[in-house]
Amino acid sequence: MFRPRPDGPAATIAVEVEGRTVRVPAGASAAAAVLLAGLPSIRETPVTGSGRAPYCMMGICFDCLAEINGVPNRQSCMIAARPGMRIRRQYGAREIAPNDASDHLPFFPLPEPRSGGA
Amino acid sequence: MRRFDAIVIGGGLVGSAIAYGLARAGLDCALVDEGDVAYRASRGNFGLVWVQSKGLGAPHYQRWSRLSSEEWPGLAAELGERTGIDVGHERKGGVQLCLSEAEFDNRRAMMQQMQAEAGNFGFEYRMLDRRELADILSGLGPTVVGGSWTPYDGHAGSLALLHALHKGFLGKRGTYLPMRTVADASVAPGDFRLGFGAEEIAAPKIVLAAGLGNAKLAPLFGLSAPVRPQRGQILVTERASRIWPIPLGSLRQTQEGTIMLGSSEEDVGFDTGQKPEIMRNIARRAVLSFPWIAELQIVRAWAALRVMPADGLPIYDESEQFPGAFTANCHSGVTLAGAHANAFAPMIAAGALDPMLTPFSAERFDVPAAA
Repeated sequence: MFRPRPDGPAATIAVEVEGRTVRVPAGASAAAAVLLAGLPSIRETPVTGSGRAPYCMMGICFDCLAEINGVPNRQSCMIAARPGMRIRRQYGAREIAPNDASDHLPFFPLPEPRSGGA
Repeated sequence: MRRFDAIVIGGGLVGSAIAYGLARAGLDCALVDEGDVAYRASRGNFGLVWVQSKGLGAPHYQRWSRLSSEEWPGLAAELGERTGIDVGHERKGGVQLCLSEAEFDNRRAMMQQMQAEAGNFGFEYRMLDRRELADILSGLGPTVVGGSWTPYDGHAGSLALLHALHKGFLGKRGTYLPMRTVADASVAPGDFRLGFGAEEIAAPKIVLAAGLGNAKLAPLFGLSAPVRPQRGQILVTERASRIWPIPLGSLRQTQEGTIMLGSSEEDVGFDTGQKPEIMRNIARRAVLSFPWIAELQIVRAWAALRVMPADGLPIYDESEQFPGAFTANCHSGVTLAGAHANAFAPMIAAGALDPMLTPFSAERFDVPAAA
């Protein structure tokens, strides 16, 4: 459905979208690579599982979410394509793996306690 | 002039819950709403149905919050059936986390006092230590000492609730009148008239549920509603798989998977802006509680103004000067939705507030200050 403009800059950056290699010009977003790859969708929504593809291309709609270089739920329209970038399908909500994150404890002073309230 | 059985001023969570309850009881009801220019605390709500911290030193408030929590499952099911909107309500209890021994000791003392004040009405709670919490909450941070648990707490989607109440109200032939600001009124006992340009509406009963607007509106009806804005800020993460079985006071995961981080309290008038240092404190406390939260992206953040009565407790009144005029003010539009739809509205329909609401009268503010 999408084709690069014939008068556009040369496609010099090779990225991998769901296992297939796609070339985009320098400065193009990862979402542009997803569109060029011609996939019908790049994520499935967490609530109903329906397919979504990049739409707004400006960071608002969250329909371009993808796993990029192993990190889930990235907004691919807001991330520049880099050589060798791996863009994969985002299935539903991101999985949380608490134990993997346990060594990331930052050291902070305690803020004022707050009571819960609606 | 168009006549109704009742007029409710304010289309937020408080007003729409009351209007829904009145329409359901068979009253021909008008719901007057300011529109999107309103401050509308309902739009910024955190979505807790929270009971465990309500009413220290004021057991009538604990009792009213509990009543609401008990009405919630029925209200949520009824709204689901009538409107097709799932408000995402769960009532499996809730935990308030304590991040130091001092916090834990304070919390325990508070829970003990709540139980003592509840008397025969009862107040079930448990202080959970770190080990017990770690069993139910994955990835608990090493800073967490323990927490307080009660079975009464829960949560729901506040925007879905607002939508469902409006839809339920319309489904019961309620008349929604948006984009109308009440500046003046013609007021007589049992005869209340509002004008909007050439349009005039009238009813023998009127309920003021205009949030922060009630402060100026109430005196027109011989009522008093000393409420002030209290700003709260919220951060929201990307959607993640379900991780907690229950809400955690200032942390909750929505039905859709986002994690909401709160809470804060600031007195800054009608300023709905955000402050980085407050947002940082909210994030810090969340990450101390669950270090893996630091891995999640924040996708939204906002501030909203709570409708805060002078002493933090709700205000409910009927005007002595102009019987038929009622007022409802509180900062817990989600928590108290069950009480407002299923207890307060039936009282209005019947024509008088139940004595259980007497301690909530604004008369409590009339005590002369000691010299």
